[in-house]
Amino acid sequence: MIEPRNLIEIRNLTHDYGSVRALDDVSLDIRENEFFALLGPSGCGKTTLLRILAGFESPLTGSVHLSGQDLIALPANKRPINLMFQSYALFPHMSVGANIAYGLEREKLSKQEIESRVAEVLETVGLQEKIKVRPSQLSGGQRQRVALARAIVKRPKLLLLDEPLSALDRKVRSEMQLELKRLQLEVGITFVVVTHDQEEAMSMADRIAVMVEGKISQVDSPVDLYQRPSTAYVADFIGDGNFFDGVVVPEGIMHKSLGLLPGNRYGKEISGDAHLLIRPEDMRVADSGEHSIPAVVQDVQFFGGASTLVLTIFGRPVPILVSQPGATSAQRGAMVNLTWNAQKAIILPNDPRRSAL
Amino acid sequence: MSKSLRKFKPLNVILGVTFAFLYIPIFTLIAMSFNGSHSPFIFKGFSFKWYSVLIHDAQVIHGLINTLIVATGSTVLSTVLGTMLAVGLHRYSKSAALNAFSLAPAIVPDIVLGIGLLALYALLSVSLGLYSVLFAHVVFSMAFVTAVVKARLANTDGDLREASMDLGATRTGTFIRITLPSIAPAILAGALLSFTLSLDEFVIAFFTNGPTTPTLPIVIYSMVRFGVTPEINALATLLMIVSVTTVIIAQRMTRQRAKVR
Repeated sequence: MIEPRNLIEIRNLTHDYGSVRALDDVSLDIRENEFFALLGPSGCGKTTLLRILAGFESPLTGSVHLSGQDLIALPANKRPINLMFQSYALFPHMSVGANIAYGLEREKLSKQEIESRVAEVLETVGLQEKIKVRPSQLSGGQRQRVALARAIVKRPKLLLLDEPLSALDRKVRSEMQLELKRLQLEVGITFVVVTHDQEEAMSMADRIAVMVEGKISQVDSPVDLYQRPSTAYVADFIGDGNFFDGVVVPEGIMHKSLGLLPGNRYGKEISGDAHLLIRPEDMRVADSGEHSIPAVVQDVQFFGGASTLVLTIFGRPVPILVSQPGATSAQRGAMVNLTWNAQKAIILPNDPRRSAL
Repeated sequence: MSKSLRKFKPLNVILGVTFAFLYIPIFTLIAMSFNGSHSPFIFKGFSFKWYSVLIHDAQVIHGLINTLIVATGSTVLSTVLGTMLAVGLHRYSKSAALNAFSLAPAIVPDIVLGIGLLALYALLSVSLGLYSVLFAHVVFSMAFVTAVVKARLANTDGDLREASMDLGATRTGTFIRITLPSIAPAILAGALLSFTLSLDEFVIAFFTNGPTTPTLPIVIYSMVRFGVTPEINALATLLMIVSVTTVIIAQRMTRQRAKVR
């Protein structure tokens, strides 16, 4: 297998907005032809990073290289990078065709080439018949396709997408999610999506960088982020999870009221206070068992393919989620015992951002 | 709103009285402009006589030409300067004070502005003429243009400009191809507004005008001093039609803006 090459190398980027540190010593590699996501809550610095890549902000310190070329020195209009704006930013006084041709005209391409490339990209996004229409006459999903077409027609080395699905309603959103993925494979451009929606990132991206407070917490594939989060914050941000707090012991953690809760450290050195993360699908409702926790079924949610049990443990305000395939025989109000696969229960270092559970 | 009005009849009466109060003077003026008699107060048959007198009145025509020169000149100047000020303020200034100062000439009482300008012209030993009225009108109409264009910029600039740069355009290219077309309706609305404002502006013109170059409102004022004639009613009717038409066009421009968004 060929080692994937880096397209973008970000080193030690730091940026402030006034007295607020938006980016704090961020280093990151983005590989060629990958679908990359910058994921984090609002204010985590992901948009700042995007704007630095696009060339609308200059970082305080640090460097960005694209295939070895220094990007920071290049103004936005000279970078082989295009951005699809969250608002789409289509030019309202121009037709769809003129919007898409705009970037090519700036490259001083011949009229025939511009025409053929505009026609080609409109076919790719399925809007051939809309070439003469104004953006105001299009639906939200169509506008987004035009914005996308306008960006990819430039054949950039990198396409940045700022919250690409946030302005669309639910149904169009899942359609576009598939569409973006298909387009990325078809045009072979590296995509970097900025989003606060973990489902969006998980379903589309090859790799995800989770950002918190101007720093990158973890960069991994969706599966690794979910199964092997490196911090409790990432674990909490990605998917559902049941957290227990305690002190690390060789077999797991010692909870102050529930006793020993077995877990896996995955070979990491962790001591003192720690969290134990058990994903809902790794927990089971059993009649009895070693290290089981007594709980009361509070609610049963059946989703067809799977069921989710919401359970309460005495003295714990946050409910426990257990998900299992198919239907469940558990009844609301029943007393049950909870057990879990200790191999898959992850011990994570203490994270002050998570309140005690 | 309309439903509750239908229920409460007394409110309808108040509404009717209010509108009567607003519009009866104007309709009286229009009606009396078609009066055949010499008296402005007694209606004696329908006639276009006074309109004919009006267009043969050299004094009025002279005033009209002066007013058109001032209105056109001040509109061109204040539109260009006001647009530039709006773009500059929008992009490079977050200062609330600077923004307020840019709009203040529109709010300052005309008489204050008029006296101030007269004092300034005297201090600089500038002799008064049409150009001194023209520049005086630029002072306040520029503020109106700035306000209208800035409101539009707040809606359209930002992302569009960055999108243009992102697609490879230069700053100048972006201004010409993206910024100007997207604020064009506001610029036009601002221009029409300053034209109407200049057209019937009296106080400032009165202070800054030269003795031999009266603008139309000053001509009307001097005519009225010897009594209101149906000729003045005819003139006022024409002025009103021009102003109302221009304001309606300006409003259409601003409404289109809302639709585009």
